Amino acid sequence: MNFLPLWRYRDQLIDGTIVTLELTVIAACFGLLIGTAGAVALKGRVKPTRWLVRGYIELFRNTPSLIQIFIVFFVLPSFGLKLPAFEAAAVALSLYFGAYSIEIIRSGLDSVPKSQIEAGQCLGLSGWQVFFHILLPPALRNAYPAVTSQFVLLLLGTSLASQVAADELFHVAGFIESRTYRSFEVYAIICAVYFAMAMSFKILFAVVGALAFRWPRRR
Amino acid sequence: MALVEIRDVHKKFGRTDVLNGVSLDVEEGEIVTIIGRSGSGKSTLLRCINALETVDAGEIHVEGQRVHARMPDLRQFRQRVGIVFQAFNLFSHLKVERNITLAPLLTGRIGKSEARPLALDVLARVGLADKIDAWPEQLSGGQQQRVAIARCLAMAPHLMLFDEVTSALDPELVGEVLKVMEAMARQGMTMILVTHEMGFARNVADRIVFMHRGRVWEEGPPSKLFVRPETPELASFIASVK
Repeated sequence: MNFLPLWRYRDQLIDGTIVTLELTVIAACFGLLIGTAGAVALKGRVKPTRWLVRGYIELFRNTPSLIQIFIVFFVLPSFGLKLPAFEAAAVALSLYFGAYSIEIIRSGLDSVPKSQIEAGQCLGLSGWQVFFHILLPPALRNAYPAVTSQFVLLLLGTSLASQVAADELFHVAGFIESRTYRSFEVYAIICAVYFAMAMSFKILFAVVGALAFRWPRRR
Repeated sequence: MALVEIRDVHKKFGRTDVLNGVSLDVEEGEIVTIIGRSGSGKSTLLRCINALETVDAGEIHVEGQRVHARMPDLRQFRQRVGIVFQAFNLFSHLKVERNITLAPLLTGRIGKSEARPLALDVLARVGLADKIDAWPEQLSGGQQQRVAIARCLAMAPHLMLFDEVTSALDPELVGEVLKVMEAMARQGMTMILVTHEMGFARNVADRIVFMHRGRVWEEGPPSKLFVRPETPELASFIASVK
């Protein structure tokens, strides 16, 4: 076991880690936007929109995310949409994270009793005021644990982007391994980096959750 | 003109007739208590009065304005008609003060600087000024219900509806809520209550309405209704709740 030959690749490893974090955060942000919009659409009255959203969820939750990335990277160019590797992976992972987020956010919204919405309406609040001030905070609290664990899965899932040669951590690891033939050392290091990132996010989310959701739980 | 005019209101849930031609007037400052067995349509009638349910036929007017779910100024209307529910329905993610001031602030009734004084004022009226900074979950059921009443009072409603507000409370907590309602009655608030508290109905109400099979079966002052019920249905109901 010898880690020394890897030292000269430290900059690549740091860059790969940054790309992994960027990919995760971008996909999570867009995924959450898709998730919120999709959840609102699922609860809406327009039937075709509900079917569309339902179809999207089922499609992305029942196919391998690697194939989703391949389709965005290799197939969309035939329809005139050519994206670089990072952007293609970001789009595919956003759609993947969005499909899971819709269900998580929808169940968060559903967990708020209808009587709370009625109470808001009875005080003369508008639909949006009820949504933002009454429905959303407890729904976010209920959805938060599932969203954060899905986020960690997304972080780990970004390694799939290596297959379209996006310069994220796993792709960098493959490159270093091919140069040094130090498989054990390379994968031990990136395993530790993924583990450290995942644990750091878990701790961060726990702190943010404790600060954001301070009200006592319903008995 | 009566404050609330209900004319021949019908309402079905699926195939079940819940309201079957209800007519009722409530004058300004009057306290009307609706009693009846469960399923007689009491709560549905209350929910129709502030358009939480739409009526299938008939009309409801409040302050001369016809009530229905698509009325153009539904939000303004609901600010004038407060409703208190059996399950309190406080917003558990907001402290007591914010529960009370949320709607007055969002609807533009008050400015930011007026919020805390308003919360203190209405909380004082329900005897809970010291709980202004508490979370709802830190309060007893009776206290939560009093905060729910205070939340309605903060909108300065012209009419208050109470839907079995003491039914979910432990017996020893019922009294504190009834006391608050009695005080409101003395101050001249127009109130329509659905309740199982017959003692309260007898002592505070100007008029008792007995509902049966989705209709107003019998109505009159408590002294008459409780002492000399005219219909066997009311007589048997009174006997059953004694």
